[in-house]
Amino acid sequence: MADVSIRNVTKQFGKSEVIHGISCDIRDGEFIVILGPSGCGKSTLLRMIAGLEQISSGEVVIDGRVVNRLEPAERDIAMVFQNYALYPHMTVYRNMAYGLKMRRMPKDEIDQRVRNAARILELSALLDRKPRQLSGGQRQRVAMGRCIVREPKVFLFDEPLSNLDAKLRVQMRLEIRKLHEDLKITSVYVTHDQVEAMTLGDRLVVMDNGYAAQTGSPLEVYERPANMFVAGFIGSPAMNFMEVTVQEGGQALKLPGDIQIPLNGSALPGWAGKKAILGIRPEHMELDSKGPRTILFTVGQVELLGADTLVHGHIGAGQVPMTVRLPDVHRFEKHATIRLSISQEKLHLFDPETKKRIV
Amino acid sequence: MMVEHRPVLTFVTHATLILGALVLAFPIYVTFVASTHTLEVVTKSFPLLPGSHLVENYLRALTVGPRDVGATVGTMMLNSLIMALGITFGKISISLLAAFAIVYFRFRLRIVFFWMIFITLMLPVEVRILPTYKVAADLKLLNSYPGLIFPLIASATATFLFRQFFMTVPDELCEAHRIDGGGPMRFFFDILLPMSRTSIAALFVILFIYGWNQYLWPLLITSDQQYYTLLIGIKRMLDVGEGQAEWQIIMASTILAMLPPVLVVIFMQKQFVRGMTETEK
Repeated sequence: MADVSIRNVTKQFGKSEVIHGISCDIRDGEFIVILGPSGCGKSTLLRMIAGLEQISSGEVVIDGRVVNRLEPAERDIAMVFQNYALYPHMTVYRNMAYGLKMRRMPKDEIDQRVRNAARILELSALLDRKPRQLSGGQRQRVAMGRCIVREPKVFLFDEPLSNLDAKLRVQMRLEIRKLHEDLKITSVYVTHDQVEAMTLGDRLVVMDNGYAAQTGSPLEVYERPANMFVAGFIGSPAMNFMEVTVQEGGQALKLPGDIQIPLNGSALPGWAGKKAILGIRPEHMELDSKGPRTILFTVGQVELLGADTLVHGHIGAGQVPMTVRLPDVHRFEKHATIRLSISQEKLHLFDPETKKRIV
Repeated sequence: MMVEHRPVLTFVTHATLILGALVLAFPIYVTFVASTHTLEVVTKSFPLLPGSHLVENYLRALTVGPRDVGATVGTMMLNSLIMALGITFGKISISLLAAFAIVYFRFRLRIVFFWMIFITLMLPVEVRILPTYKVAADLKLLNSYPGLIFPLIASATATFLFRQFFMTVPDELCEAHRIDGGGPMRFFFDILLPMSRTSIAALFVILFIYGWNQYLWPLLITSDQQYYTLLIGIKRMLDVGEGQAEWQIIMASTILAMLPPVLVVIFMQKQFVRGMTETEK
């Protein structure tokens, strides 16, 4: 149980800097998810917290103690690896007990902790098995058991679910959440999967190319993305972007194809006459044949998902590509034209220069 | 894979294989037969059926030894065994440690050291035999077990093999071990060594046979009969000058010399195949 502070941490590999100064305060018992595409530096950041990677500058503080120069074992952390990293020649029991044995804990206490963890993770019947005799989900649980028995201050997860199949992933996601609610151990979880991030995290750190693009609760990040990267990365299918002109007076937007939509209440006087980037999520549009301010949408590819229908197409004469997510099943002819209305409260406007959020 | 059902083809392939096996086995059979007769029978004729002096010949070889050699086959077998095992265990432990250092530690000139080890692959014992002899002589290692073992104890092949194996071990295992709080040598003994078990077994077979069959080096550095290995002993049994070589004893010694490698292969065959084909991960 501890809070963790990351203070302006950077990482250089040789001359190239891959993490450009990230700060984040993690409260005791909080579940933080570091989310980002591959290569954005999220695993490197986690490995610096773990002590597996040197910190080039800045500080990592665990429970009030700067740990920059401490070995991983001295930081009182436990880590779940993507490939589980179980010792292949040891039984489940010995895998879990090994770290405690290294710490010279008395045998009966080791035994008690291992059996307790096995009970929580439903591994009691498998204690004598070797890792290769286990399924992916069971190995995953052993890897977590190895962390639980240590009762560390911080749990670190490095994409722990990406080697599992889709169904198991959903199940393990719930188990990790439940485990965290039971144990209340500060956790840092790295993933590229936004569903995992949204469902597991108390807060997210969205990373882009070595920068923390946004830090906030999952809904904050979804509803008010700080920049175009976050807006495009969170949400599936991705947000639609198009260039628009802010009308004189800053009261309305002019979309391609001469469509105007009013800005409800949130006028943008400073932006009058200027260009901006409008973002609309596919799920925030609906079919509307009669409404006054509908936009014309030309259907291209249609994907029927059962619960929803994804329609890819374009709007306006400028052929701006757009994707719409409509609830229920809809069948459209290719090249058909449909009318859509946009929920005005759910518009996102970005500065074309800085890519940052305006409204 | 193609499976063909043509009886003629089956017959021909089997016949070829059996013939080949017979050709290979025949000299060994002749050796065995010769070791069961008296000297007279062996030198006067070419017996093809075993005789009645098996126990007598072998007992004499093991306990008394042939004329003019001065050591019994029993002693020489023991010497061979000590040398073969010494070389085997020495090579395995040194290569394991060298490969561990090269794969898991970043030290100055690491690549240079790796290539230095690797390049020695190109230098067989024969090439460096003179300097090695000089060093061994200066260290007073002639006519001693360490002298038989130490100069042959480094192995680039085994180092390379273990290096390749260690490189397939996922880095996360080492990292998990660091988080678990173990030092490097603990990692070596607790994790790497048990994981290399099958490779070690396979290497044991190869290296034991290599050690047992060493000829040139022991020939050079042993002049005292008490340190003769069996292969040197057999060579000496032939050096009788004008006299008559004791063929029945030589043949018996040859059969005895073949025995340990064969036993090692038979008993370790399963591990050998496993070590060559699968890795535990």
